[in-house]
Amino acid sequence: MAKKPTNKQEPDTTGHEWDGIKEYNNPLPRWWVWVFYATIIWGIWYVIAYPAWPLINEATAGYKGWSTRANVAAEIEAAKEANAEINTRLASVELEEIPTDEELNSYAVSAGAAVFRTWCAQCHGSGAAGVKAGGYPNLLDNAWLWGGTLDDIRYTIAHGIRNDEDPDARWSQMPAFGDILDSESIDQVVNYVMSLSGAPQDATAAAAGEEIFLDNCAACHGDAGGGDIYQGAPNLVDAIWLYGGDYDTIRETVTNARFGIMPPMGGADLSEAETRAVAVYVHQLGGGQ
Amino acid sequence: MADSQPNAPQSLYAAREPVFPRKVYGKFRNLKWVIMAVTLGIYYLTPWIRWDRGPSLPDQAVLLDLAERRFFFFWIEIWPHEFYFVAGLLVMAGLGLFLFTSALGRVWCGYACPQTVWTDLFILVERWIEGDRNARLRLHRQKKWDVRKARLRVTKWITWALIAVATGGAWVFYFTDAPTLLVDLFTLDAHPIAYTTIAVLTGTTFFFGGFAREQICIYACPWPRIQAAMMDEDTLTVGYREWRGEPRKNSEEVKAGAAQGDCIDCMACVNVCPVGIDIRDGQQLECITCALCIDACDDVMARIGKPRGLIDYMAFTDEERERAGQPAKPIWKHVFRPRTILYTALWSLVGLGLVFALFIRSDIDLTVAPVRNPTYVTLSDGEIRNIYEVRLRNMKHEPTRFKFSVKGDPTLFITLEGTPYTSVEVAPDEMKLQRVYVTAPPNSAPAQAESTDIRIWVEDTGSGTRDYKDTVFNGRGQ
Repeated sequence: MAKKPTNKQEPDTTGHEWDGIKEYNNPLPRWWVWVFYATIIWGIWYVIAYPAWPLINEATAGYKGWSTRANVAAEIEAAKEANAEINTRLASVELEEIPTDEELNSYAVSAGAAVFRTWCAQCHGSGAAGVKAGGYPNLLDNAWLWGGTLDDIRYTIAHGIRNDEDPDARWSQMPAFGDILDSESIDQVVNYVMSLSGAPQDATAAAAGEEIFLDNCAACHGDAGGGDIYQGAPNLVDAIWLYGGDYDTIRETVTNARFGIMPPMGGADLSEAETRAVAVYVHQLGGGQ
Repeated sequence: MADSQPNAPQSLYAAREPVFPRKVYGKFRNLKWVIMAVTLGIYYLTPWIRWDRGPSLPDQAVLLDLAERRFFFFWIEIWPHEFYFVAGLLVMAGLGLFLFTSALGRVWCGYACPQTVWTDLFILVERWIEGDRNARLRLHRQKKWDVRKARLRVTKWITWALIAVATGGAWVFYFTDAPTLLVDLFTLDAHPIAYTTIAVLTGTTFFFGGFAREQICIYACPWPRIQAAMMDEDTLTVGYREWRGEPRKNSEEVKAGAAQGDCIDCMACVNVCPVGIDIRDGQQLECITCALCIDACDDVMARIGKPRGLIDYMAFTDEERERAGQPAKPIWKHVFRPRTILYTALWSLVGLGLVFALFIRSDIDLTVAPVRNPTYVTLSDGEIRNIYEVRLRNMKHEPTRFKFSVKGDPTLFITLEGTPYTSVEVAPDEMKLQRVYVTAPPNSAPAQAESTDIRIWVEDTGSGTRDYKDTVFNGRGQ
């Protein structure tokens, strides 16, 4: 049964009074005081145990040696260790078998996407669409300068293109025809090249350009202009232009030539598993052959 | 440091007054026994109901499969992306509490709340072992621990502990296959989380039901505070017909010669109260409206030949009528009011919505995310291609082949990465991420347009179930 309090004694006050409201001079509840002391003790322990006092270069380390950087490093190590087995498998199986192995393929695509964003996106763009102004190829379409099979792609990634670092790099060089042909001939051959893919062109100049093309360009780009993946000679018939398909850009290409370089990614930068992973990733972007 | 007080101000701490509810008979007590049996039965037995779902799925009727992130409830299966069902059920539970509180006050607290049910069970055990109120009071006041007191107390605690273990144990069976887990629990092969959960729930059941009891309702539970706002003057709640009972026997007024009311001050209503209040003081925060005082008082009224209902379910609005000698409003008029009808309507609306959602939900879960980096790709023959990342979930329990198609412009066609076909197989209960290409021929309308609205269809080639998502196809824009 609830009882009415019977204590009628006037409680002690601090003597402070505002508008008739007095402040009681009650002691703190004991549990509160004990919790307060406990937090002080805990605080002292915390300062000793964890990084606490800021010094000039770093904070005091604390006896537990706890640090967020060390934690991240440990997590990265743990992730590497967890992936070690599948990475070994990725590096050792036949390349062509990777897309048919669902687990391996799914891992390679995810890992390859991460590698791509770190190492490739600077030139090819985060969406792999390339940058036309810089001559960085679009990896989503079905046109490949050096071949679009999984192994072609892996080789290109591992050794790069026209670089001096890797003796196995893919290599070819287009002559600068500004030194070889006169201005009118260049105009005619540019018009002929534009006619190959059906772009609007000067028909008379184009007709005159055919012979110049066969004499000077067909050796690499083929008689019909279909290109040659063994020399990295672009297909001139299709709708895709590495640097641009308008008259001025093609004229610039013919006059001064192009010399696109890709660094070798294999060896120093990417492990075999990473190279293969990014090859599988690029291969499944839409244009793989 | 807090020193002892010079002139001892009133302590803010109220020590618990132990409560020893007396045994009581009556219709409300019987109703409470039935509700206790039904609710405890549901709680303890539900995990053991089997429900055949085929070879690859659990055969437990009610199972919260956290590892597979699936909730099984008889024939219904809820996936994580259908969490709105749980949200809907919570909304219904909330509205249900509003409805019952505005109509019948704290009827949930009094009859169905687990705290009430288990406390009732623990008091029942206490009474079996230590005897009724007076015996328990004597045992409590007996300071010396003789053999008899120790025996009674230990027997009671062990019985409570067994009930508590069974309560904590039953909980974990909802989360994994019950028969397997039961064996594992005894062979010590079960997961540590199972043991921890059982230990924690055993501890809380033992403490809440055996010792904390009404203090949980008074100090820990927020519902009594909220319900004060949910009730109104038409709400039926347990009350004392003060105008009929007072002045009670042995009161100052009666001693001064006033005519005695119906209350004979026998304290029956106080002695049976599980929360230790006197209902004759009026409505109180502590009262859980368990109605045991009604039973106790009715019994006494019958014995002294007075009409029942000195303590009864009643509404505030009836007080004036009854004081004036008029009959109270019939109960149905208290229950069926615009407010309760509105709650019922809302409750039914949410319920019907959930049932409807349950029937129209598809076996396919499909999302289509257009790749916008770049917005389109030119292929070597001048075709324009858009890429879509499609996530497709097979909610059936067998491998299913899904066929893709695109609508929006007759020239558009669809292809899939990694396969020459336009269909793809998804493993049972799995989600597949598929790159899907929609391509427009060179110089076709969608290739030249800025954008074309399209609809990507997915069809389960086995059952013919279809689902679609609307998206856009981006062209060259010239």
